[in-house]
Parts: sequence; structure tokens; C-alpha cells
Amino acid sequence: MTKDFSAQGLTRRTLLKGTGAGLLASAFAAPVWAQAAPIKLGFQLHRTGIGAAYGRWYERTAQAALTTINAAGGINGRPVEIVFEDDGTDPKRGAEVVEKLTSQHGCDLIFGPLFSHVVIGSAPRAGELKVPYLVCSEGYHVASGMLNRWTMQPGITDVRAQVSSMAPWVLANLGKKVTMVFPDYAFGYDHRDFFTAAVQAGGGEVIAQIAIPPTETTFTRYLPQIPAETEVLYHVMVGPAVLTFVKELGEFYGSGARPQIFGFIDSLEAVDTAAPGLEFLEGTHFWEAHNRVKQADASEHEVAYRAAVGVDDNGASVSDAKDVSTYSHMFSVWETLHVIKAGMEASGYQTSADRQKFVEAVEAMSDMPESAAHVQGAKKFNGKTHQVFGHQMISKVEGGKLMRVHKTTMEDGMYDDAVDYTTQSF
Amino acid sequence: MTASQKIWALHLGLIAVLFAAQYVLPPYHATNLARIMVLSIFAMGYNIAFGYTGLLSLGHALFFAAGMYGMGLSLTLLGWTALPALIAGLVAGGLLAGAVGVLALRTAGVSFMIVTLMFAQAGYLALLYFGTITGGDEGFNPDRSLRMIGSLDLSADTPRYLVALGLFALALLLCLWLVRSPFGRVMVAMRENEERSRMLGYNPFAIKLITLVLSGFYAGLAGAAYGLLFGYVGATFATIQYSILPMLYVLLGGAGTVIGPFLGALAMFYLIDLASGITDAYFFVVGAALVALVLFAPKGILGALRERGVRWLP
Amino acid sequence: MAAVLALTAVGLSLVFGVMRVVNVAHGEFFMLGAVLAWFVTYYLPLPPAFAWLAALIIAPLIVAGIAALADVLVLKRLHHDPEATIVATIGLLYMLQQAALTFYGPDARPVAAPFEWRIQLPWFGYSGYKLFVVLAAGLILWGVWAFMTRTKAGLVMRATQVDRDIARSFGINVDRVYAGTFAFGAALAAMAAVLIVPIQQAHYLMGHDPLLLSFIVVIIGGLGSLRGTLIAALVIGLSDGIISMFFSPTLAKIIATLLVALVLVFRPQGLFGAKA
Repeated sequence: MTKDFSAQGLTRRTLLKGTGAGLLASAFAAPVWAQAAPIKLGFQLHRTGIGAAYGRWYERTAQAALTTINAAGGINGRPVEIVFEDDGTDPKRGAEVVEKLTSQHGCDLIFGPLFSHVVIGSAPRAGELKVPYLVCSEGYHVASGMLNRWTMQPGITDVRAQVSSMAPWVLANLGKKVTMVFPDYAFGYDHRDFFTAAVQAGGGEVIAQIAIPPTETTFTRYLPQIPAETEVLYHVMVGPAVLTFVKELGEFYGSGARPQIFGFIDSLEAVDTAAPGLEFLEGTHFWEAHNRVKQADASEHEVAYRAAVGVDDNGASVSDAKDVSTYSHMFSVWETLHVIKAGMEASGYQTSADRQKFVEAVEAMSDMPESAAHVQGAKKFNGKTHQVFGHQMISKVEGGKLMRVHKTTMEDGMYDDAVDYTTQSF
Repeated sequence: MTASQKIWALHLGLIAVLFAAQYVLPPYHATNLARIMVLSIFAMGYNIAFGYTGLLSLGHALFFAAGMYGMGLSLTLLGWTALPALIAGLVAGGLLAGAVGVLALRTAGVSFMIVTLMFAQAGYLALLYFGTITGGDEGFNPDRSLRMIGSLDLSADTPRYLVALGLFALALLLCLWLVRSPFGRVMVAMRENEERSRMLGYNPFAIKLITLVLSGFYAGLAGAAYGLLFGYVGATFATIQYSILPMLYVLLGGAGTVIGPFLGALAMFYLIDLASGITDAYFFVVGAALVALVLFAPKGILGALRERGVRWLP
Repeated sequence: MAAVLALTAVGLSLVFGVMRVVNVAHGEFFMLGAVLAWFVTYYLPLPPAFAWLAALIIAPLIVAGIAALADVLVLKRLHHDPEATIVATIGLLYMLQQAALTFYGPDARPVAAPFEWRIQLPWFGYSGYKLFVVLAAGLILWGVWAFMTRTKAGLVMRATQVDRDIARSFGINVDRVYAGTFAFGAALAAMAAVLIVPIQQAHYLMGHDPLLLSFIVVIIGGLGSLRGTLIAALVIGLSDGIISMFFSPTLAKIIATLLVALVLVFRPQGLFGAKA
């Protein structure tokens, strides 16, 4: 008798528990998968360091997506669990975190990092461990071919696509002579190179490029370098000094004549557009990946997403109106988690031995229609370059709020493949 | 056993234990240990300058990064194979340390710290400035096909561990030999009383320069090995944080001891790893560890041991 | 920005001059000043101008308290040994930064300026508040100057600077002077931060740049020389802009950093200090 029980994985105690009628009832009331081992996902989180403002919202979004997915039955009928591990926004620690999540926590895959240097520092280790590594970074490093077969970006478009798709609209609506202000490092160079190329292709001209060193905290002295004949000022900044930059830009132009101003929302991510000193932004334009302010035509999916994450109609936290979200980036965490679900279900993922099948299943993906999984909008995944493409928004500041005036097509941001990861070995 | 036999037994024993560890430890800890061994080489180099000779530098990240980029750029720009690239990294670290030393060693104490800090900051900015070849803040990944020494694939776990261990053993034994040699005693004399050694006929500038270059070789080798073994070359390794790291290791393990840097790196690595599992505030733990160390154990783990009877520790 | 730079640097210079130690956590005192200013203006139910004024008093006081505590608890026990102090203040730097991240969060948050007033010139505008900052910083610097040269406390500090042993034999409590100086230096950094925070924002990593800049200023000005520090702050504040006109900004920073290192190598007494 005893032998038979143990063969079925039953001990005396579970048998006793099981015979209690009340306990039996509660066991049936719980979701069926409460018995199954959970799928463990590792999240490489920028909880401290320079990326902490983004990391906090990435964590909230991941939690919200996790709750939604588990409420709907998990993945392959199994519950899902996320292990968060802080990487300090540092590439060295990032690689160690990949290691820890994979070998120590036994995660099935890893996702979530934003900052490019962390992604590039960690990707080799993910490749060596043969663990899928899904990044939410918007860097061009995936599609440029510098990473590996295990690294994919299915949740957010890259800078190259974002930037190139802006140029036609900017030239047609704002002006032909463009001055660019960007940070003097890799992220800024992607803007410089791809936007300049797109402007030239569209018949415009970039008349000045002002690169700002990464350690700068005040920008007053760079602003006089903007040529007077500038028709469009294109700005993108990241880091804690962004608000200073925009404010000083406002002081510089004041109420006097100024060119059209077009910015990347990165310059104001996690910052309230109605903050004092930003009044001059009225009438200027921004790229957004996802409209921070709820638009009149917001889809039901977007509304549900907003509620699940806890973001109000202005893009701030429902519990603190001053706590503005990183709305144009964090949807990528939500969508990536849903891609993970789709990929795992398509490949019948069961154990870590199926990791390769999972990657192949994601590579096979293509059209991703707008849905509860893809709340930012429809997307198209390129399995060869491991990069997703989607729509971009252009918003205008009206009454202190970002209102959408244009939505690009997916084709606007597409470019020729620079790599075919599917030909690489695992 | 004589003191000399004990010393050899201890150090060769450590190497043997580390060799055995890869078969015993779970994979996560084995890879960590490989990282720690490479970082210990960096710390040993720092210890040669700081622990033995008394040169408190805040710019060693520069030499580490020089090794890393010397290796990485030799692979990508010059098309060298891994072994010569590794040596290129080693040389780059030493040469740069020499160049910095010629200038910085004209100062001492606090000024020396600030000068080395400034040089390192300039080096970091230069890495960003020449972003087209260095990859700037993002850095780059040396291709896996380049990370081979002969048929030894350094991106695989076992060869990586063995190479890290080999370099570590080499660095450790060399350091042991150095500090027990007559020159090693001159180094310590320089730390304890520069004036007196000058009067004994030693040239402090030359000795300190040689020490700093040696230290740079160690840092360069560690940087090159780190880039090669873990597949990433990036400018963050040139930031001030990575100058403070080896100082922390050395202080924790025991300045002026041969095994101290390794012990310090081991303890610090796991302190951060464990603390980050318990609390987000692991920087606080690091800061508190520094303050506590300097207050209560200024001589580190091994320094304290040495004072409490294990006097033969080198 | 030269004025605020001078204020921060004078704090560092004072600590170095009197105590002969380098305070690596100086930038974090600056950061704390800004962060506390945010807390004060956020939680005090006062109109912006008064809330800001309150911050200008409260934030430096709290920071001074923390600094005095650090000096008594840690630095004093190290007998202000220069190298041990550097290590200890690096530890302090990490702890303060982490404390700010934990209690304040990772965001850059704005503090409202006490008044909004712009000077609109035909071709570009300039913030009136920035002019006010320059004036206020100048006033505080003048106050520091008067304090050091006219008051008994200043005399005691200068006496300790010249020779701590003789000062002690004259019955000066050197420990208290040290704690006071350390706190005063930190308070100056915090005050500079409260002045600047309506222009920039409070962020937990903001202490890094002021620290490096103050280092530069103090070195160029001659370690421990107040007058040198002031002149150097002005020269650097102005010339930084000029250098960056000729070179790409990053290159300008590289050149400036190397120049500073070379000044320290070849003229350790600074460009403006007297030959020792």
C-alpha cells in the first residue's frame, strides 16, 4: 500500500489532507493549475543607477501584465512567476544577473532591460547560457546584427525605425532646415545618423548638429550655437538633466520668435508637461511611441492596460498625480510578456530544454494585430532581424497636454535587413 | 614546517582548491568564481601599488579599461587572435600606467589621488569621444569566433574557468615572488619611510614608477581577460566606480597581503550578491562596509590575522 | 553658474584648508541640500517664495547636522588621517546616495523658483532668477569671508589651519573646530544646492558633477586657499563656455580635465596660490 502511494507522489500527510471534506472542496475551488510548477521568468531590472526612473515603471508594468496573464490561466496552463533582479543599470552586474536568474533561480528566460550598454554587456552571457533574452530597449543593437540568436526585441520598435519615420512628416509640416541637439554618445548618434539620412532623403537639410556631453547639467552655453536660420529644432535628451534642458530652452527663446520645435519624448519621459517653466512647449511637437494622455479614440485594450498598470488619463500614477510614467517605453514590457506567452504556447514550451523551440516560435511570428496583448497598436515582427516594427505617434502640446496629430504607418519605419539571425547557429 | 614551506603550502593549496572547486560548485558559483579570479588579478595589481608601496590611486579603472580596450581593439581593428590580443591588453595597461606615473608621481598623498582620478576621468571621456571605434558608452561584443585560443573556446564554461585560474595562479605566484624578493622589501620601505630609503641610496621615483607599471600590467591583464572571457568591452569599466572597486577588495582582504585581494574580491562579490537578494539598498551595504572597515579593521581580514599570530603571512 | 560653483567649492576648500582632508562625499551634501529643499517645499504649506526661503535655512542646517555627526562618529576616530578619510567619505557617499534613492526615489523633481521673472532681450531671453542666484551666492560668499576674517570663530578656524598642535596648546578644542568646519563646509554645499535647485532639479545622482568641478576649482585655486578658490571658480565658470566654443564639448572636457591634472603636477600650490 505504502509503496503505491509513494509511487503516485503521495505521502501520508497529503492523503490525510485530501480526505478532509472541507479541504477537498477548497482544492477544487482553486484554479486547476495550482498544482503545476510555475513558469519562471527572470526580469533584469534597472532598480538602481541611472535607469531607476524607468525601472520602477517597468516593474509596475510587468506586475500588471503578470496578474493579467495569470488571471487568464497562465501560460500553457501553468502559473507564471517573475523573479526581479536589480542590475544597477551596469553592464558588468547585468551579465551577472543574467547568470543568476538562469543558473541560480532556474528561470526559463530573461527579459526586461532598457539601457543599451546593459543589453550589450549581458547578451553574450545569455547566448552562452543559451537562454532567450528579450530586451525592451529600443536600441538599434538588435537589428544591426551585433548581438546573437538568443537576443530579441519583440516589444518595442528601435530608434532607427522611430527616427526615420519622423522625417517625412517633419519636413512636410514643420520646415526643411533642421538643427539637431542630442547627447554625445551612442544613443544620440543613432538619432544623428538616421535622422540626418532620412532628412536628406526627403529633400531637407540638417544645418547644425549640437552634441551635448553626457556629464552636462546645464545647457545655456550650447543654445546660442543654434543657427538663426533654423526652421526646426530637433531635440532628444536622456537622463536626470532632461527637464533642465527643456526649461533652459524655454528661457532661451522665451516669448520671442522661435523655430518649430520637435522633440523626442525621451526628453520629457517621467516628467509632467505642465511643470512650471515648460509653458513655452505649447504648440511644439513630440514623438511618442504611445500616447501618454488618453486620446479620444483610445482602444478598449489601451484603456484596460492603463487601468491594469495604474496610470490615469494624463499618464501619471493613479495614486500620485506627480508621479509621471514612462509611457512611451513601458508598454514594451507588457507586450513582451504577451509575446513570451504566445511563443511558449506556440512551441509547446515545457522545460528549459525547449528554449530553442521557443526562439524559433518567436522568429516565426509576423503580424501582431492590435489586441489586449499589443496595446500600443499593431506590429510586425521581423524574424530575421529579431526586431519588431510598429506605428509611431506625433503629438502636439495643446493646453499643456500631448495630443496626437499624426500616426505613421509601419512601412515608414522599415529598412533593409542588416542581419539574418536565423542563419546563425544556436 | 618553516615559514617558507607554510607560505608555499598556503598559496599552492589555494590554487589547488580553486581547481577542485569547479567540479564541486554549482554552475552559477563556478562562473562567479571565474569572474572573481579575474577581478582579483586587478586587485592584486592595485595591492602592489597601494598595499605594498603606499600609492593610493583613484585611477586604476583607466589601466583596467586600457587592458580591456587594448585587447578588444586588437581583435576588431587589427584582426589579431586572442592570445596576442590578451598580451596587447597587458602591455597597454602597463604602458599607460607608466605614462600616468611619470607625471602623477611628481605628487604624493592627496594630490596623487586627485591627479590619478583626473587622468582616469579624461580617459573615460576619451573612450566616449572616440565612440566610432570604441562603441562609446554602449561598448561592443568581441565575436565568439574571436574568443578562441587555439582550439580552446573561451566562451564555454570549463575552458573559461581554466584560463581564469591559470592567469590567477600566474599572477598570484608572481606577486608572492615579488614581495619576497629584495625589491619587494624596498617597496615596503618606500611605504614606511620614503626619506630613509632615499638616504639608503634608493631612488624613490624610479621605484614607485616601476611599481606602478607592474600594477598597470596586472590591471591591464585583468581588463583584457575580463573582456575576452566574458565577451564585453565597454566604457563603464573606465568610470570611477571601477577605481574604487579594487581599493575596496584590497582593504577588505588586507592591504599588503598576497591573498588578501582575492579574499576581498570574494567577500565583496558575495556581499553584494546576497545583499541585493535581501534589500534594494545594497549600495548602502557597500558604503557601510567601507566605513566599518576603515574604522574597525583598517588592516582587513588577513591584516588582522597577521596581527593575531599568523605572522608569517606574506 | 560660476557663483554657485564657487559656493560649493569654498565649502570643500574650507574643509581641506582647515582639516587637511579631502571630503569625497561633498557632492552628496550638495545633493542632499537639493533633495531636502524638495521635501521642505513639498510639505510646507507655504507660498513658493516662503517655502523656498524656509528650505534655504532648513536644508543646510540638516545637512550640517549630518556632516557634524559623520565627523564625530567616523572621521574623528580616524584622527582625520587623510587617506583613511578619503575611504570613509567614499563609504559615506554610497550611503547617502542610497538613502536618497530609498527615501526620495529615482526621479528628478523640480522645485518651484521663489519668483518667475524673465529678462526678454530681442534675440534671446534670460532668467531673472539666475541673476538673483548670482547675487545671493555673492552675498553668502561675502558672509563667509567676513566670518573667517572678522569673527572669533573664524580666527580659531584659521589658527587651527596654521598649526593644530599650537592651537590645541592655546586651549582650542580642535575636535569641535573640526566638526564645526566639516559641518560648515557641508552647509555651504547644501546652500548652493538650494539656490540651484529651481534651475536644475533634485536627483539622487546629481552630486557627482559638482564634486568633480569643485575638485577642479579647488586645485586650480590652490588647495586650501579661499581667495584662490573664488578666483578659480570665476575663471573656470567663464572659460568652460569659451573652450567649448572651439572644440567639441566632450573634447573640451577632456582637455580641461587633463589641464587640471597637469596644474596639480607642475604647480601643486595652484595657479593663484603663493609658492609654498
